[in-house]
Amino acid sequence: MKIGVDKKTRRLAPMSDTNLLLTITIVVFFVMYIAAMLFIGRGFLRVQTFFNILNENAALIILSCGMSIVMITGGIDISVGKLTALICMSAAVNLDYHGGSVMTAVLLSLAIGLAFGIVQGALVAFLDIQPFIVTLAGMFFAKGMTTIVNSTQFNVQNEAFVALKNTRIYIPFLGSVNRRGVFVPAYVEIGVIVAVVAVIVLFFILRWTKLGRSFYAVGGNPQSANMLGINVRKTRFLAHLLCGLLAGIGGFVYFLHVGSGAPSHATGAEMNAIASSIIGGTMLTGGVGNIIGTFFGVLSLSTIKNIVSLLGLDDAWWTNITVAAMICIFLVVQSIVLLRKNKNS
Amino acid sequence: MQKDSVLEMRGIYKTFYSVKALQNVDFTLREGEIHALMGENGAGKSTLIKVLTGVYSKDAGQVFLKGHEGPISIKSPEEAQKAGISTVYQEITLCPNLTVAENMYIGRSKGILTNWHKMNASADKILESLGIPAKAEQQLGSCSIAVQQMVAIARAVDMECKVLILDEPTSSLDESEVAKLFRLMLDLKARGVGIIFVTHFLDQVYEVCDRITVLRDGQLVGEYAIENLPRVELVSKMLGKDLDDLSEIKSGDEEAKIGSEIVYEADELSSVAARYPFHFSIHKGEVNGFTGLLGSGRSECVRAIFGADKVTGGKVRIDGKDIHIKKPRDAMKHGIGYLPEDRKRDGIVGDLSVRDNIILALQVMEGFFGPISKAKAEKFADEYIKLLEIKTASTDTPIKSLSGGNQQKVILARWLLTNPQYLILDEPTRGIDIGTKIEIQKLVLKLAGEGKSVTFISSEIDEMLRTCSRLIVMRDGKEVGELSGSDLTQSKVMSTIAGGAR
Repeated sequence: MKIGVDKKTRRLAPMSDTNLLLTITIVVFFVMYIAAMLFIGRGFLRVQTFFNILNENAALIILSCGMSIVMITGGIDISVGKLTALICMSAAVNLDYHGGSVMTAVLLSLAIGLAFGIVQGALVAFLDIQPFIVTLAGMFFAKGMTTIVNSTQFNVQNEAFVALKNTRIYIPFLGSVNRRGVFVPAYVEIGVIVAVVAVIVLFFILRWTKLGRSFYAVGGNPQSANMLGINVRKTRFLAHLLCGLLAGIGGFVYFLHVGSGAPSHATGAEMNAIASSIIGGTMLTGGVGNIIGTFFGVLSLSTIKNIVSLLGLDDAWWTNITVAAMICIFLVVQSIVLLRKNKNS
Repeated sequence: MQKDSVLEMRGIYKTFYSVKALQNVDFTLREGEIHALMGENGAGKSTLIKVLTGVYSKDAGQVFLKGHEGPISIKSPEEAQKAGISTVYQEITLCPNLTVAENMYIGRSKGILTNWHKMNASADKILESLGIPAKAEQQLGSCSIAVQQMVAIARAVDMECKVLILDEPTSSLDESEVAKLFRLMLDLKARGVGIIFVTHFLDQVYEVCDRITVLRDGQLVGEYAIENLPRVELVSKMLGKDLDDLSEIKSGDEEAKIGSEIVYEADELSSVAARYPFHFSIHKGEVNGFTGLLGSGRSECVRAIFGADKVTGGKVRIDGKDIHIKKPRDAMKHGIGYLPEDRKRDGIVGDLSVRDNIILALQVMEGFFGPISKAKAEKFADEYIKLLEIKTASTDTPIKSLSGGNQQKVILARWLLTNPQYLILDEPTRGIDIGTKIEIQKLVLKLAGEGKSVTFISSEIDEMLRTCSRLIVMRDGKEVGELSGSDLTQSKVMSTIAGGAR
């Protein structure tokens, strides 16, 4: 029996590390979600719960995508959380105090994100400074700038913006029947559409463009990538630039979701983004990772938080410990699988 | 520039950490020739190549390339590729996390998008035509080192290059793979490609090359047509001195030592890396060797002795007493020293100084609470640098800036310093020039003369025949024979490896 199985597996082309980790992530997410539906029931049986997870996490998905790209090249960006707060505050001030329109707020968000990406990328790529240190400085700068722009929280009143914020996109044929027997269709916010488009576009870039493959090559072995004729500096620069741009987009999506500016916005978002990337199968050592995995990483992280709160363990420390356990389990599973696989070959 | 040359380098200078790596070196490569670049370790071959491919910037000198007006300046490997210079390095310079096909095409395909289907198809075609046992979609990291090296060669070959540089590409290939590579080189030569071939194997040079340029100590010795330079002269030019008579180095009384007291005995020793358990014994004061083809299990065997791979069973006796060796430190405490095969991975600590690398094993033996004073360390380092003639700017120089042969000597010094009773040398002469090889062989015999036991492993059989008094022959992970005395001949070893049947 056993010999027969061996022969069969040998005939299949071995899976790449990236695809293997992606498969694990997706399987774990579905197992977890289905288990929640079966054993907890309640809210998990309603379709809208799933879409609410998306609504709540659209910004995080976008931020995590940028994080994954930087991590694939072997770097890290811990500025994105505070950067999101800065973008929210700037956009809010622009809309309510400077008579800006939704368009100017979007452009402002993108410009801020891009500016951070360019400066941080240049420092990392062309001056060979550790990405952790560069983005640590970026984090403090963004934090300081947020309070300079405006030091207190306020809700945006701009009508066009509020209308956009409250726009619901209904999903055809999906929804649930409420207690009174009325069918309530499921909906998503605009941010979710942006996030899904970003995931698809980035997946395409990482899989099929030369730039995307260069990210993997540089993360796998920068010296080799250089010898193979890849411009390592340019690639690293573009990874940070892309991450900054995505922080700009993600920042606006966050803003669109909360509808206010506050220095405390998106606190710890960078850590959630890193956690999601890791759960999604991106390795901190670089060279391995997948955007689809990151997407499911965010969903898994958020689902586990929901499960914890539905179980009545709604204290912050329960959530934190669960998330910690989850990251640990994922890292251990990933290491075991990769070690085994590499030993066999 | 001469009419038929594709590449000319004139007056190249390069200095590292005050070591003059290249001084006024000239090099000319003609169209459709295979040109061997020869020299001892530290002669400057690798440096010259890295200057040419833009990995290092030169301090002075000019490079001319066919089709370019005037001297060109190559600042990065990317530019070198675009100019038509492709390179296969000794170390694998591919990305293990990408697929085989990607490693062949990344950094040189046109357009923004990657056409996976087309890329995989053409990669499979090339892999098949070169007989490389790998699939295009396979992740490179899952291939063996030899296959990875072949993939690197396939990449270089597939590029429309004018100059192909092969920097010791054969050190991880077996005979049939080398033969394939040579067919490929001759094919490219016929198409007018100029090939620079760096190797330590003299046989290979005389098999395929047309011309030889010899470097020594960073300076040009000369350029010769192959037919005008007999082997002995080549060797003496590389060494800068007349070659010692190699057959003289082994003393005549080795027969007497066999059968003397057993210092190490392994009974059914098995490890995670080994396919079959090992059973053998080591005598006092002998030089024995494990021989066999690549992958025959000789390295796995000695790694198990030292505890470098996890030991899973069997009994080990030293001086008749049962002992357990679970990790390298246990082995060291029992007086076993091990010079690993892959010095980059298991041996050197690149950023530490030569001195720190030398005292490393001794420090572990003494424990970290009995630090070795700097003065004492300095004394040890100086002593061994002199004894082994290690070429280094100072004891403070980081070891990574030394040449391969000198790194090897530093690791050897590290083990000699611990005064081991049983020293295992796994491929100590790989990638090392002939002069150093002979020095190491002599040193091995001297150690045995002092009553120490040495296990010497080398893929060059004649080198083992010169040094060892007993050979354990392995095939497919099993011990298949033991040769000593008058049986120690090339043909006998070959037939034992082959299993007696042809």
